Amino acid sequence: MRAALARLQQWAERRLPALTRYRRAEPLPIELHRRRIYIVPTGFGLGFGVLLLVMLVGALNYTNNAALLLTCLLGAASMTSMLLTFRALDGLTLASVRAGEALAGQPLELHLSFTAERARESIRVDVTGQSEAFHLDAGGEADLAFRLATARRGWLALPRMRVWSTWPLGLFRAWSWIYPEQSALVWPQPEAEGPPPQRPDSEAAERQLHRGEDLAALRDYRAGDPPRHVAWKASARHEGLLVKDFEQPRAHEEWRLDWRELGALDHEARIARLARWIGEAHAQRRRYGLWLPSQEIAVDSGSDHYARCMSALAVLP
Amino acid sequence: MIGRARRERRIDGPPLAPRSFDLTVLTMLMVLAVHAPHLPGWLGIGLGAVLSLRWWQRRRAPGKAPVWLKLPLVALLTLAIVTTYGTVFGRAPGAALAVGLLVLKLLETESPRDARVGIAFACFALMAALLFDQGLVATLGVALGLLPVLAALRSLEPAQRPLPLPRQLLPGLTLLAVSLPLTLFAFAVVPRLSSPLWGAPQADQTRTGLSSEMSPGGMTELLIDDSPAMRVTFDGPLPPRDRLYFRAFVMWNYDGTSWHASSSRSPTIETLQGRDRADYTITLLPTGRRVLPALDAPVQAPGGARMRAERVLVHDKPVDDTLHYRLVSALHYRLGDTLGREAALALQLPSGFNPRTLALGRAWRARYGDDTMAIVRAALDLFHDGGFSYTLAPPPLGRDAMDDFLFSTRQGFCEHYASAFTVLMRAAGVPARVVTGYQGGFWNRLGNYLLVRQSDAHAWSEVWVVDRGWVRVDPTAAVRPERVSLGAAATGGDGRPWYEDAWLQGLRNRWDIVNRWWDKGVVGFDALRQRGLLTPFGVSQTDNRTLAWLLVAGGLLFGTAGLAWAMSRRSRLDPAVVSLRQLERKLARAGVARRRGEGPQHYLRRAARALPGHRDALLALMEQYLQLRYAVDEPAGESLRSFRRKVRDFRAAGVVQ
Repeated sequence: MRAALARLQQWAERRLPALTRYRRAEPLPIELHRRRIYIVPTGFGLGFGVLLLVMLVGALNYTNNAALLLTCLLGAASMTSMLLTFRALDGLTLASVRAGEALAGQPLELHLSFTAERARESIRVDVTGQSEAFHLDAGGEADLAFRLATARRGWLALPRMRVWSTWPLGLFRAWSWIYPEQSALVWPQPEAEGPPPQRPDSEAAERQLHRGEDLAALRDYRAGDPPRHVAWKASARHEGLLVKDFEQPRAHEEWRLDWRELGALDHEARIARLARWIGEAHAQRRRYGLWLPSQEIAVDSGSDHYARCMSALAVLP
Repeated sequence: MIGRARRERRIDGPPLAPRSFDLTVLTMLMVLAVHAPHLPGWLGIGLGAVLSLRWWQRRRAPGKAPVWLKLPLVALLTLAIVTTYGTVFGRAPGAALAVGLLVLKLLETESPRDARVGIAFACFALMAALLFDQGLVATLGVALGLLPVLAALRSLEPAQRPLPLPRQLLPGLTLLAVSLPLTLFAFAVVPRLSSPLWGAPQADQTRTGLSSEMSPGGMTELLIDDSPAMRVTFDGPLPPRDRLYFRAFVMWNYDGTSWHASSSRSPTIETLQGRDRADYTITLLPTGRRVLPALDAPVQAPGGARMRAERVLVHDKPVDDTLHYRLVSALHYRLGDTLGREAALALQLPSGFNPRTLALGRAWRARYGDDTMAIVRAALDLFHDGGFSYTLAPPPLGRDAMDDFLFSTRQGFCEHYASAFTVLMRAAGVPARVVTGYQGGFWNRLGNYLLVRQSDAHAWSEVWVVDRGWVRVDPTAAVRPERVSLGAAATGGDGRPWYEDAWLQGLRNRWDIVNRWWDKGVVGFDALRQRGLLTPFGVSQTDNRTLAWLLVAGGLLFGTAGLAWAMSRRSRLDPAVVSLRQLERKLARAGVARRRGEGPQHYLRRAARALPGHRDALLALMEQYLQLRYAVDEPAGESLRSFRRKVRDFRAAGVVQ
């Protein structure tokens, strides 16, 4: 049954694109209008219709005009509510889509921003099984967050999303498919573990020299040093106060990460290793540069630099 | 994160938000309120208590009521209804059961789905209340009950702006108001059934109204009942008050305590020679009886009714719904030509009752001989001068009721006087009979109709006078003339409660015009009236086929109007932009379409290059457009008009390749 339905939907999407989805991916902003809003009664609406029919027949049979009038009133109100359901979606605009950053395998934050001239109530958005509801003030903006599952690095096309509403009475359900022509970049997943990057010997020696300094560093007291940091025992054998220096900046060497040095690995493994090194360097606030066949990124540090490097890795063929 | 989790849970369904639950409870409360008048008191109070306890319980801790509580309650409800009514079928027990189950359903209402089901059936229960009373007030009450219904359904939708409870009811009112035109149209054209599909419910409650039996003192309840009995619209002026006698029952048989309506079984209808014709329409409210009151004396029976020998109109089936009928009556008439076999019936008296009354009658016969009118006068004089008084609370009468009344208590109302008078006449050998019906009524000047209430019920006599036929004699008028000239309300005097104060009475009389409009326009809009729906448009008989077409056409019309409204969007575009779009369409037809993201300046320049014949015109338009859009805040009216005119007149030839 389920398979048959899925086949039917596939057929419908193939043969009647206008019925199931609005053509193909489109650029933002996407405004919902009458040609792309569909409306059907909900299950409750159908049940209510049957109930109204029973009431109608009953009122006619008992020639009870007051009951007939009431039934007509309820029926007319239901019909009006259908128009309101349509108007709940009509003119609603998906103004912008903002995708967050994510490594492959981790969820990607997706922010959708809806606007409308009229106030809206109870609009729901379904994205890959997640559902969110919102209301909008006149001229206002609503921001919805979804989490997209990611599997592999590279450009991830946004899924088809359904905007729907059963406002105001839950008797009718209006919906529209939106398919923004936009993609989110998914960064490569770093390898779990592996060797550190090779570095020149001089740098290794320098590292040796620095090791163990943490304990030994004492310096003269300067006004403003906290008393906790004063090395009292050492100061007793000295003319002035000595202070344990914890704030000594760790001198990190620069990493120059190079695609060419990883010739032994296959394409994706190289990317994963570079991603791990970039991640480690970023975590250690190290300065690093990256050489790729497609581009070279100069030595730098910071979040922007990290994002630039990861994006460069993500878009590698 | 927490916020989102909560929001998502609400979308999925359970649990029901407190506000939605409150509105659902309010809906059930309305159902209970509209059914309260015909539910047994204990049931209404019990269900109200269950409702408020459930509300209080869920406010403290949401959760369904346990099964050990629900099942016994359902069993108790069914048992109570069976013991009260004897059955669960039928209108009253069915309604009681439905309302009870609806309230008990609330005990397990915890999800929006439950609430929706409950609310839908509440609509049905609200409608069922109209089977008991389809008056204006009841219908308005039920319509009011739709407000919490709509508000509750609305509140079940997720993510809406929080509003205080009263403001949540308002949108429902707007929705109903907007739907009213379609409602009225549908109401007017939905074809009525000419015969019911299944048995219409029997009127199982007793209606107050005239009965086919009359015993002195029996009408007391009726005479203080202010509910309308019928409304009469006269084509001409209102006949004089002393002619406003509506006959309903003619009673021949007297068994010593009460009078019974029975036909004389004479095959021929008493002849009528009349003048002063009155044409009128009566709107009779449901009586549950077959008799149709008619102004003395009706000339012909209306459709669906026949005339009995005594010129009493009898409908083919009991009047269970408001009925309209047109009649012609003669205000001055001679009823009956000769007295045949009925003479014996009109003189019959039970033996062994009222010896003193009979003796008095015989004495008059001895004194006045065959002068019937003299005997009548003697009786009226007795009532007028014999110390008789009119009261709605007369003392009880013994076995010889007429003797007690005439010779000891001397207090009573129309029934006593009519009964005593008729017995006296028969004792004096004058054929006589009792007639009951309505007398007088309130003339509603605003609506130009006569409102006859149950309290206008009256009883009088008819005596046979040779050469004059059956002559109406109203003995009550001898005691209390204003009963006839002013109406029942003026004569009561004692025993009327404070709320029947004069000005209140006046208010109620005025209010009646609304009721009349309702009874006539809505309740009485039957298959017959529907057939005359299109009379103003020259179609005398609107059959069901026409109605169906009308329904389809009107539905389409309303649908189109609704869609036009739904799809309308207020254009907030600058008029200059609108004109530019027009120009773009013209140029696109000529082969120069505006590209995505192309500015107007670039586009019009490109168009000017592609269409050298229009180069100057297009460049001028571009300049003007840029001036309009970007040079000043508010475009000058004259400049805008000239731009629009130029765009309108622009004719583009094909593109030059």
